Amino acid sequence: MIRFYGVTKVYPNGVKALDNINLHIKKGEFLFLVGPSGAGKSTLTRLIFREELPTRGQVLFNGRNVARMRSREVPYLRRRIGMVFQDFRLLPQKTVFENVAFALEVTGASSRDIKRRVPEVLKLVGLEDKAGMLPAHLSGGEQQRVGIARAIVNNPVLLIADEPTGNLDPETSWGLMELFQQINKAGTTIIMITHAREIVDAMKKRVVALESGRIVRDEEGGGYSRED
Amino acid sequence: MRIRTIAYYFREAFLSIFRNGWLSLAAAATVAISLVILGCSLLVVVNTDRLADQLESSVEISAFLKDGLEQEEIRELNDKIRFLPGVVEVQFVPKEEALQEMRRSFGSRQDILDGLEDDNPLPDTFRIKTRRADQVVEVARKISSLDGVEDVRYGQGLVERLVVVTRWIRVVGVGAMILVGAAAIFLISTTIRLSVFARRREIGIMKYLGATNWFVRFPFLIEGMVLGLLGSLLAAALVYTGYLSLVEHMARAMPFIPLVSDGQVIFRLLAALVGLGLGIGALGSTISIHRFLNV
Repeated sequence: MIRFYGVTKVYPNGVKALDNINLHIKKGEFLFLVGPSGAGKSTLTRLIFREELPTRGQVLFNGRNVARMRSREVPYLRRRIGMVFQDFRLLPQKTVFENVAFALEVTGASSRDIKRRVPEVLKLVGLEDKAGMLPAHLSGGEQQRVGIARAIVNNPVLLIADEPTGNLDPETSWGLMELFQQINKAGTTIIMITHAREIVDAMKKRVVALESGRIVRDEEGGGYSRED
Repeated sequence: MRIRTIAYYFREAFLSIFRNGWLSLAAAATVAISLVILGCSLLVVVNTDRLADQLESSVEISAFLKDGLEQEEIRELNDKIRFLPGVVEVQFVPKEEALQEMRRSFGSRQDILDGLEDDNPLPDTFRIKTRRADQVVEVARKISSLDGVEDVRYGQGLVERLVVVTRWIRVVGVGAMILVGAAAIFLISTTIRLSVFARRREIGIMKYLGATNWFVRFPFLIEGMVLGLLGSLLAAALVYTGYLSLVEHMARAMPFIPLVSDGQVIFRLLAALVGLGLGIGALGSTISIHRFLNV
């Protein structure tokens, strides 16, 4: 589904974030992207939803060269990709329901679709009885569930999660991981950037490790660090 | 486009307007001021234009004759003038009739003229009408060169002066309008810039969620246009009520100066003000959208 061919990204300030990346992510995969800060993990995901353009090489999404897309096509690319952030990025003045509905609203969905789809997703993430609350009145784990609900409400084919449990305690993190696994089982491809060693070790998924912009390890069912 | 989406645009626009409070008010007020200036100068121009038209069409040449001409000489002059190119009508007004006319124009104070019958100081006069107003000067010049003509009058310079005055009013009015209008555009773009900054977090999220550029821009465009509309409606109301009371006042105090009170002319003028207000608003917000909203 996603292919990187010889992708290099050099930022205008001269920093080489990615160096000749070749990577193939298949539909339905659950992939952990690990590595030290500044290794290029976030840059790699930004190339997929065209927040950044590669300096060299190609990124293909479902066979299409992302860099070659017209700028007016980009919103439609992003509607097929759900995004979950470490800091949740919820709108504080909107309720849980409105935050999730917002993702449908920006696509021009009808009121009927919104009224049908939002409760469905809220039920899936276990927040059906908190729909009317503001994010500030929720726990961190619950806020991230809202973030996940918003990311999947458009039925994306790909979910990119950038350190989704970075601000949460281990117990809450495990609950969220179960949710991610459930979403993955329903067919959504997931790319997750994380530093949570225990989670990566326990989940036994594909692990891609980056260091200084290069892939240093790509292992099916691997752990957070190389087994010596 | 869905009704829900349109409702979303307007809701966001109005939220921003209220959030910006005083600045929104200042922006709308500046639009109003610039359009009031424009509206007033336009009304002055419309009225002086009409006045000039009326004056031009009513211009006739008066040729005053030398004293003591024979009937024969007067008839000869009459024929000469009649056959000048452009002349459509020649009317002879003997000095006695001229005095009568003057009496009538003095109304109740005609006793001032008592005792002039015996020694009438007014000359015999030809009143000449031309086919077109621009023939007046040429015809008058030819008549003045005829023997037996003492002097020729046709309200020299009045029409020309009115045209010059109108031009100045136009220049000054449009100049002032452009200056204040630029200030209005600047204030609206500042307001929109604040709105963009206030919502930059939201805009970032919208982009991640796959909002199209126009979806992000529209509320800001509407916000600017609503500010422009509010200002222009205020201006239209002010100009309309102000002018109406002026027309009424003038009709009583100075009835000989006819103001344009044609409903259609005024309506078109007010509509132009409102349209311009919308334009100012759209322009102001477009500037900020392009400078501060890199979507």
